Amino acid sequence: MTRRSGSNSSAAAVTAALAVLVAMLAIGSLAVGPVKLSPLTVVQALAGLGGEVQQIIVQEIRLPRTILALAIGGILGLSGAALQGLLRNPLASPSLFGAPQSAAFGAVLIISLGLADVRSFALPAAAITMAFVSVFVLLAVAGRNASLLLLILAGLAISALAGAATALVMNLSANPFASLEIAFWLLGSLEDRSFRHVVLALPFIVAGGVLLFSQRAAFRALSLGEETAQSLGVDVARLRLIVIAGTALGVGGAVSVSGTIGFIGLVAPHLVRPLIGHDPARVLLPSALAGAALLLAADIAVRLIPASSDIKVGVLTSIIGVPFFLYLIVRERRALGGGVA
Amino acid sequence: MSAAFLTARDLAVTLSGRDVLRGVSLDLTRGHLVALVGPNGAGKTTLLRALAGLIESQGEITIGGDSLASLALRERAKRFGYLPQGHLVHWPLPVRDVVALGRFPHGATDPAWLSPLDAEAVDRAMAVTDVTQFADRIVTELSGGERSRVALARVLALEAPVVLADEPTASLDPRYQLDVMQTLRTTADAGTLVIVVTHDLGSAARFADTVLVMASGALAAHGTPNDALSDEIMQQVFRVSAYRAQYQDSGVILPWSGT
Repeated sequence: MTRRSGSNSSAAAVTAALAVLVAMLAIGSLAVGPVKLSPLTVVQALAGLGGEVQQIIVQEIRLPRTILALAIGGILGLSGAALQGLLRNPLASPSLFGAPQSAAFGAVLIISLGLADVRSFALPAAAITMAFVSVFVLLAVAGRNASLLLLILAGLAISALAGAATALVMNLSANPFASLEIAFWLLGSLEDRSFRHVVLALPFIVAGGVLLFSQRAAFRALSLGEETAQSLGVDVARLRLIVIAGTALGVGGAVSVSGTIGFIGLVAPHLVRPLIGHDPARVLLPSALAGAALLLAADIAVRLIPASSDIKVGVLTSIIGVPFFLYLIVRERRALGGGVA
Repeated sequence: MSAAFLTARDLAVTLSGRDVLRGVSLDLTRGHLVALVGPNGAGKTTLLRALAGLIESQGEITIGGDSLASLALRERAKRFGYLPQGHLVHWPLPVRDVVALGRFPHGATDPAWLSPLDAEAVDRAMAVTDVTQFADRIVTELSGGERSRVALARVLALEAPVVLADEPTASLDPRYQLDVMQTLRTTADAGTLVIVVTHDLGSAARFADTVLVMASGALAAHGTPNDALSDEIMQQVFRVSAYRAQYQDSGVILPWSGT
């Protein structure tokens, strides 16, 4: 094989640097909390060395939270990059298309109907189903070769519908404490998560990630449009279904334990493109790493920011993500204004 | 080489209840340049898509003796180089990576890792289309004419037995229109079946071995340029009369006045 230097080797270097950053943030995430630990203590505790108290804090209290931040941030970044690849569109992302909101509705419905408690597999199942339905409906409504504007309008409608349906469920909920619980959970948080939550979400997140990553070559062919990709041997209809399924599994699994954490899927691919180029296959892995780094950092930040009440990590990612979205809108103004999308 | 390589029998396409294509039968040979002409909306693009198996059609298509319907998507992809109109590239990718996507059906799915065979095909295609000089530039920053040559290079890199090109000379200046037609002529002479949709009857007459004239979804004429673009067909199908001449061993046809 002839290996071409340039874009490929720089992509490998960026990926390696991102992996190191994620590892450092993961250690940071294990060190931060009511009991501050040094990075060295954290590494020792992970290895089963050092004091028993430190080991319990790191391995049993903080490790599930760190694993979830890593996995959920990763799958959000990956599914954002995959949706952008599928739709050849830099503004595509699960949260703009209403997938997390719909997944949250599925979960809330299950809880308030009393069908399951928050630790049962019915929760991710419902969240994944609603996420699948929402992305499927979105792509069906927008149609093939949909413009940016059409996708975003359809996404807005689906987000609004999912939000309204969730509000209705809370509205009708007989128990005011239940609706308070649901509301807090909807804000998106990784606090007090245990290994039970990891077991609940991780298999779906991994399955979704594998599905999305397996389609990377097809995203590259799609750079030339759906018809040309098909002429190159890509089954575009099948690809769409796989991406919808992968996104639904990943986002649904994530939402079922963390609530809605928005905008990481939108932001992560944009952070890596200036470093490694726009090849839609090559951005997948770095986007997943960037997503993991973003969520780990945000989850560390909410523990460090002094506040009378805990800031939820989902609130923080939205506060950072929405201005970034506005910036992207300004940059893509020509395409959104009805020009050549 | 004289046996038909690509055949169609009673090809018909219906799109949202409208018969876009009906009763098209063809026998096309490798080594030929076939010009597909006809007024706007005659079904030229639909015929190309149907031949490549990109849309559903009724009737029977064979390529190299195999029924198109029996071929897997990947196998079809190796046999047809398809160049659509518009030459759209959605991401700002380097020119070489775009051309390398032409090797995708051969399993070269990552432009950064090409086998020597694939890399040579890419280099050849870039050389004949004269895009080697901007191999490292970003495709979306090129002019329309440059981009359409990159698109042609992508199709030629596949080195498929059949090339289907939908208006490859649109938006090119005269010099590059001639270059593209000459490149396609050379490609055909090397043993490829090249089918070109064009509105330029002059270059159809000059470069093609066979001209297919389409009108309202059916073949109106089929033959050598002089036979297919007869005065009668020019009147009936295009509603123009043409000026004809002979120049340097080639027939010249120039649409002259509308009726």
